This record gives sequence, C-alpha cells and structure tokens, in this order.
Amino acid sequence: MSTFSLEVKSLVKYFPTGASGLLGRPTKEVKAVDNVSLQIADGKTLGVVGESGCGKSTLARVVTRLIDPTSGQVFLDGQDITSLRGQELRIARRKMQMIFQDPYASLNPRHSVGQIISAPLRVQGIEPVHGVKTRVQELMELVGLNPEHYNRYPHEFSGGQRQRIGIARALILEPKLLVADEPVSALDVSIQAQILNLLENLQTELGLTYMFIAHDLSVVRHIADDVAVMYLGKIVETGPSGSVYSFPRHPYTTALLSAVPVADPTRRGRSGRIRLVGDVPSPVDPPSGCRFRTRCWKATDLCAQVEPPLEAVSEGHFVACHHPMDPVSN
Amino acid sequence: MTTPLLSVENLNVSFATPDGVVRAVTDVSFRINTGETLGIVGESGSGKSVTASSLLRLNNSVTASTSGKVLFDGTDVLTVDEDEMRRIRGQDIAMVFQDPLSALNPFYTVGEQISEAYLVHHPKASKSDVRTRVLEMLEKVGIPNPSKRIDEYPHEFSGGMRQRIVIAIALINSPRLLIADEPTTALDVTVQAQILDLMKDLQQETGMAIILITHDLGVVAEVADSALVMYGGRVVERADVMSIFSVPTHPYSWGLLGAVGSLDTSTRGHLATIPGTPPSLISLPNGCAFRPRCSHQEGVESKCANNVPVLRPIEGTSSESACHLADHQLVSIGQRSSRS
Amino acid sequence: MLLFITRRLLFALMLLLAVSLFTYLLFSILPADPAALTCGKNCKPEIIAANRVRLGYDKPILEQYWNFLKGIFVGRDYGTGAAAFSCPAPSLGYSFSQHECVTTLIARTFPVTAYLSIGALIMWMSLGVGLGSIAALKKGKWQDKAATTFSAIGVSLPTFYIGLLVLFSFCIWLRILPFPKYESPFVNPGAFFTTMILPWSTLAVLSAASYTRLTRNGMLEAMNEDFVRLGIAKGLQRRTILRKYVLRSALVPIVTIAGLDFAALLGGAIITESVFSLPGMGRMSIRAVVESDLPVLVGTTMVAAVFIVLANVIVDILYGVLDPRVRAK
Repeated sequence: MSTFSLEVKSLVKYFPTGASGLLGRPTKEVKAVDNVSLQIADGKTLGVVGESGCGKSTLARVVTRLIDPTSGQVFLDGQDITSLRGQELRIARRKMQMIFQDPYASLNPRHSVGQIISAPLRVQGIEPVHGVKTRVQELMELVGLNPEHYNRYPHEFSGGQRQRIGIARALILEPKLLVADEPVSALDVSIQAQILNLLENLQTELGLTYMFIAHDLSVVRHIADDVAVMYLGKIVETGPSGSVYSFPRHPYTTALLSAVPVADPTRRGRSGRIRLVGDVPSPVDPPSGCRFRTRCWKATDLCAQVEPPLEAVSEGHFVACHHPMDPVSN
Repeated sequence: MTTPLLSVENLNVSFATPDGVVRAVTDVSFRINTGETLGIVGESGSGKSVTASSLLRLNNSVTASTSGKVLFDGTDVLTVDEDEMRRIRGQDIAMVFQDPLSALNPFYTVGEQISEAYLVHHPKASKSDVRTRVLEMLEKVGIPNPSKRIDEYPHEFSGGMRQRIVIAIALINSPRLLIADEPTTALDVTVQAQILDLMKDLQQETGMAIILITHDLGVVAEVADSALVMYGGRVVERADVMSIFSVPTHPYSWGLLGAVGSLDTSTRGHLATIPGTPPSLISLPNGCAFRPRCSHQEGVESKCANNVPVLRPIEGTSSESACHLADHQLVSIGQRSSRS
Repeated sequence: MLLFITRRLLFALMLLLAVSLFTYLLFSILPADPAALTCGKNCKPEIIAANRVRLGYDKPILEQYWNFLKGIFVGRDYGTGAAAFSCPAPSLGYSFSQHECVTTLIARTFPVTAYLSIGALIMWMSLGVGLGSIAALKKGKWQDKAATTFSAIGVSLPTFYIGLLVLFSFCIWLRILPFPKYESPFVNPGAFFTTMILPWSTLAVLSAASYTRLTRNGMLEAMNEDFVRLGIAKGLQRRTILRKYVLRSALVPIVTIAGLDFAALLGGAIITESVFSLPGMGRMSIRAVVESDLPVLVGTTMVAAVFIVLANVIVDILYGVLDPRVRAK
C-alpha cells in the first residue's frame, strides 16, 4: 500500500508541431516532458524548479489530467488515474486541485466570489451539510478573506486577495493534493510572503500535500521539503531541499543557484560564480545523451553518447550526471 | 563635491483618470553621479516606473501633469523644447524596458532597429560605417554570429538575446546615463545573471551611470552602489547599498528584507510579512502612506496619522528616511534585523 | 513558403469545386424552369419541352452539373443539327433571356464592376484611414468626436439611402453633376468620371465608416505598445514613429480586411449599381433574379466565389509578407 500522495512513473508528454508537406501534417515534436518519475509523500511539499522551457508547467498539467500524457502513469493516493474518463475522473479530481499563477486570469470576472468558490461543489454535485454559503464562508475565513464579501466580484480585490480566492476554491472539495503552478510569481514581494505563510499554515492544519512549481529558487527553498530540478523535460537532480540547495551535485543546479541574486551586498563578486553561456536548446531537437551538455563546462564525449540516469549520491538525493560536482557547500 | 550627472528635485507626477487623480509620484528627489549605479526598489504602485519614464518625458502628455526639476548636466529635462528633448533621448540618456519581446518593433530587422538608433543622432553617417558599428555592438552585447543575425527579426531570438539587442540599441550612442526599468524581470534567472553582468561590464567600459528599477532586492544587492526605496509614490529611504541591507532605517525597507526568502534558510520558518496591501494612488491615506501596515507606531500615533514624513538624514547613519520614528528607535530595530 | 502557397491554392481549388456543386444544386431545386424562358410570351409547351432537351435540362442534375463543369474547360455545345450553337471555353452556360453565352455577358459587365470596386477601394481607404488616423491622434478632441460620429452614421445608413442621397444632392439639388450615364473610360473619360464619382462616393462613405473605426482603434492600440515607447526613447521624430511604428503595426489587419472587402465588391455591388444604373455584374445578377435566368445567376455566383476564395488565399500570403512574426509558421 503506497504512502505516496502522488506518484508519477515515466511520464512523457510530446506536443506535435511544425507543419510541412502538402497536407500540413506536424512533423516534429516538442518533447516537453520526457520520462519523468517522482513521488510525493503524504503531507509533504515537492518543489519543482526550472527555467522557461523545462517542462514544469506541462508536468503540472499532465499530473492533474488537464492534458493527457503521451505515455507513462500517474498515481493519486495509489490509484492509477492515467486513463480515467468521465465520472470516474471527476470523482478522482476531488482529491487533487490546482492553484494557478495569474490571479487576474484564473477567476471569472463575471462571477461573484461566492459563485467562484462554490463552483466545484456544483460541478461535483455535492451538497454540504449546512448549505453552500456556510461552507464557502468557512473557507473564506480559513484563507484570510472577509466572509461578508461573499457577493463581491474579483475586480474589487487585490492580487493577493484574488489568489486567496483561488486557494479557497481549490480547497472546497477537501483535496489531498494541491498542485500549485507558480502561485506567487505574479504577486508583489510583500504579498508573496503572506500567501506562502498561508499555504504553509493550511498544509499543517489540513494535512495537505503540495506540488509546488516555481522558477523562484528562494521561494521553493522556503516552502519545499524536497525539490526536483528540471531541464529540457527531464529531472536532473532531486532530493531534500537542504541537501540539494546546500550541496548541489548537478552542474546545472550549481549554475542555477549561483545565478540567483543574493540580498546581501557583502557577498558581491564572490568566487564560485558560474555563468552559463548560450541559450537553452530547443525542446524540439534536444541534444543527444545528456541534454545539458551543450552548456556544461564538464561535458565529455560520454555525455554526448549516453544519457545519464538518475543515481543516488546520498540519502534520497539523486543526480543525473556522468560527472557530478563534488559535495562542497554552495 | 562633484556636480551630479542627474539631479531630480521635487518630482511630482499625477495622472487624470476616469476614477480620479492618480498621484503616481510625489516629491521625489535624488541624485546620481557619473559611473554610479542607483537602484530604485519598490513594488507595484510604488511610483518607480513612472519616475523612470518621467526622466525621459515618456509619460502621456495628455493625461499626465508633471512638476519639479530633472537636471541632467544642468539642463532641466522637463522644460526643454521638443527638439532638444529628442537630442537627449537615445544619445545622452537611454532606456531599457522590461519586456524585450514587446520592446522591439516586430516589423523591422534587428540590424535596422539598431541602425535607426544610431542614425537618429548621426544622420550623416555612411552606410558602411553604420553597419560596422552595429556589428560591433552586437558582438559587444554577446550575440553570437552577428553578421548573420543582423538581418533577423526580433521574434527569431530568445528572450535573453532580445534583451541584449535592446541594450545594444540603448548603448550604441554611448549615453552617459542608462535607465533600466526592470530589465531582467521577464527573464530566467540564469539569463538575468548574464544580463546584469553585461550591464556592469559595459558600465566599466564607458563610465556611464545606471539607474536600475527593480522589485528584486537581490538585484540591488548585486549591482547597485546606492538604493532608493519607494512606497506609495514617495521615496521612503535612500541609502548606500551596504547600509540599506544591514541597517535599514524605514519600517518598509525592513519589512521587505524580512519578506524575501533566502537560499540559506536552513529551517522552514515563517517569512516575516507586511500585513495589508499597498495603498491606492488615487486615495492615499492621510499622513504616512505606510502607516496602515506599519507595526512601529508606539507613542507617535497622531504624528504618523496626520503628518506626511519628509525624507531626512538620519543621525548616526549615512541614510535618509521618511519616517517619524527613524531617529534612534528604528536604527536599533534595523540593527536587530540585520541579515548577516 | 512555396509549399505554403501551393497548399493554400490546392485547398482553394477544392473549395471552389464544392462551391460550384453547392451553387448548382441550390439553383436546380428552385421552382423556376430555365426552359420556360427560351421563347418569350406566346410559347407553346411543345417548344418549351423541345428546348429543354436541346439545352440539356432534361438530364439528371448531376449530369447537368458535370456538363457545366466540363464546359468551363472545353466549352459547351448546345442543341443538335442546324440549331446547334456553342459557347467557347470557359463556358459558364447560356442565357436565354439575353440570348448570349454567360461568359460573354460577364466579360462585358465585369469591367464596370471592376472600375467601381477599384475606385471605391482607393476612396474608402484614403477616407477611412485618413479620418481614423486623425481621430486617433486627436483622441478625445472634437476631431475625434466628429470622425467617430461620421463613422457611426456611415455604418448605420443603408447603401441605397446613401446612394439616393448622393444622387439627389449632386444631380438634382446642387446640380453640379449630370445624371449618371455610364460610358467606358476609353470612349468618353469625362462622362466616365462624372458618372462614377457618385457611386464611388457612396461606397466610400459606407465603407470608410468602418475603416475609420478600425484605423482609430488599431492606432490607439499600437500607440500603447512598448516598442513605440522605445522608439520615442531613441529620440525619433514623431512622424517617423507614426509611420514606422504605429501605422505599420495598425495597418496590417486593415490591409488584409480591405482585401476581403474588395473581393466581395468584385462579385457585384448590386445595390449601388442599381441606384446609379451601372451596367455591371451586380445589376445583371438582379435582373437575372427577377427573370429567373438561372445560368446567369450560377455564372455570377461562381465568379464572385472565385474572387472571394482567391482573395482569402492572397490575404493569407499578404499577412505573412506584412508581419514577419507570421512567417515563422
């Protein structure tokens, strides 16, 4: 019996692209997610980080079945939800919900807050014991909104408040797993902190499991128990946050961490700064072998020929690299 | 005492909108010297972007009303005639915007756009001369294979490359002041590092001053010599970069520093938050704009509520702060919050 | 790129085939009997029946369609023996009320429609884009309000109303122009212009109205773009910015829509031609409707369809030419 809230096995998602030929059939594929496997234990938070084009958003959408995978499997609480359809899928969705990035685009401007938050109940055909309104207001209080604003419209709220509405909507079905796709990126720094604290409190209170997608490494450092670093559709490093952040073993992770501007001027110009050269290769035609090799200063012929598998370098800490970095503190 | 390259005095900008008058910038004053980098930090609605666009008179002249002085090398940018303004733009003062995709004209090649920037101020230049300079510039900003890429369109480049092109456009006439409005916000973190490095390198070479607008304190720590913190359209703190991170003299600055996560947090704790939300620039509260969210109001309640604090030097520091409480209380608070 | 064009043309061809079939079938289920037109008022049923056979209307529908289609490529022969005649390729049928091959009729009337369309295009684009630009530049001021009002009026008034108004104003009330009587520009250019200026103005007012609004909105949107701000920050002159940045951006969709509108006009501006008695394809179509002259109707519908389908292909290609971002696909 699995104690994993979420388990993903060899997940692949390719998008057809590039019309050519007389009939305009797609000839190429964007290999957005290429053989990704991960697990999230009950009540834990997995942070998924990477830059644009790494596939993390696609991963989030495939995991929540908003998009169908090309191949691979997704297990929610031990149940294989990969090929569920119709009513079965709808019932499975009660256990997993999603929070989106843009607080302005993810709420229907024509619906009142009450309608937005209660919509999942209607979709699922669930009638709460004390009525819809009471339940909605319970949630509004839980996320820090004034329950009296039940009838107001999204435009009357600030960005941070709208994100709270989105969170309330995600929680109303009492899900186990919450997939958050860059939930604080569109918010001001002072508001980000509020929302992150809220998410942490909710996790403790409600026993939630989080899959937290972000590009902001410091945000993920703060909220995630474990972290997975993605590059061009693959996970290149994964492990407990403390381990990965303090002792990164994959060259890309090291470069990524050293690129983050640190809010401490005394550390300016420190040595050990890595500057990656060039651009991320196209996900349509990724490099052979290790995908990072075109920008990696440690690349050898082996890297071009053989794709490195994820291997353990310490307890729970895995790296996909033929020449992992030495475990020197970052 | 060197004359500052740019001296902004009592800049006020407000916009007439159907919902009311938006007081975007109120009483903003600062200076910057040649070769310096000034970071202007603030969140949305702080007035930082409007301040930047006012320096080149880019605000909509119909709805915006601007007052104050912006002295660039002695000339008041706000009152010069249009011809003189056009001469200054792109030649003495240049600007880099946030979103490199929308900042470039999609209908012309990259080479044409950089050439245009040069030709505006050097109309008699020969074609070959222009082309040489453009290629040089492309190389300098790190575009690989410049002779081929010069004839490509903006959409054929990645985000980081496009920002380099925007920088090339800005720097081709060797301006003395570069205003960068959130130049790396739309870019990936590794690309951001490249772009910041590029800007710093070019600054070394040309000795230009840089005003960097950002919401990211990390960026300020990396590249700025001094910082201006803006809130509700006003400057609430001005300090050199070392001081602002170790001894912030305004509760908002301190709050911002606490709210920023760090890569070194070894324990999962709560981020210190600033409760509430930034003020509306149409209906700014009486007195200090930060008061509704400030946790340091002991004993000076009425003063904070009724009198707008003015930016003034704080004894014992080299900083200036717009806070009634900043004298001794806050300095010790700042020291307590030191992030070392 | 070549592949793109070929693909589009192939698709266009298939579309035209479908249109031709649909049109032919549609007209064939109408209760009118084309053979009944063949011999005037005092026609005996036997003659009509004989004519029906002679002209091939007794054959099954699909065979008729096939003959029609064949005729476009190789010409069509009608009747047998001494009374036989033929319409050379491309044959679109034969009109009985006018006793001529449809193709000949179209060849005669189309130039008029073409002159009308071209002149109207030039006028409405100049007027529409011109007024729209002024409105955008003077946003909120009286010029903007005047242009927008004009736009609203032009869009609301029906074609015949504007046409009659123009006719009345210039020919009857102010008497600056003579009554329209069409003459070919090669025969009598003076009469050509004094006649055509009236329908041109009518169509111009009508279409300029929507183009004013399109241009105004397009320009206002473009003016808010970041790259325009960068252009100003470079120190460019206002008029350079307007030309290379604002207008260049705003005109792309406008030009393509204009292409489609122009193509629609080429199919025959029925109302305008009728009001001003222009011997164009539109008026011929109306006459054919009244007389139930099916071959002419099928012919003009096909011609109109060809223009519209072609225009769509051209507009697609044009979009790629005008907007580099589209070319990437």
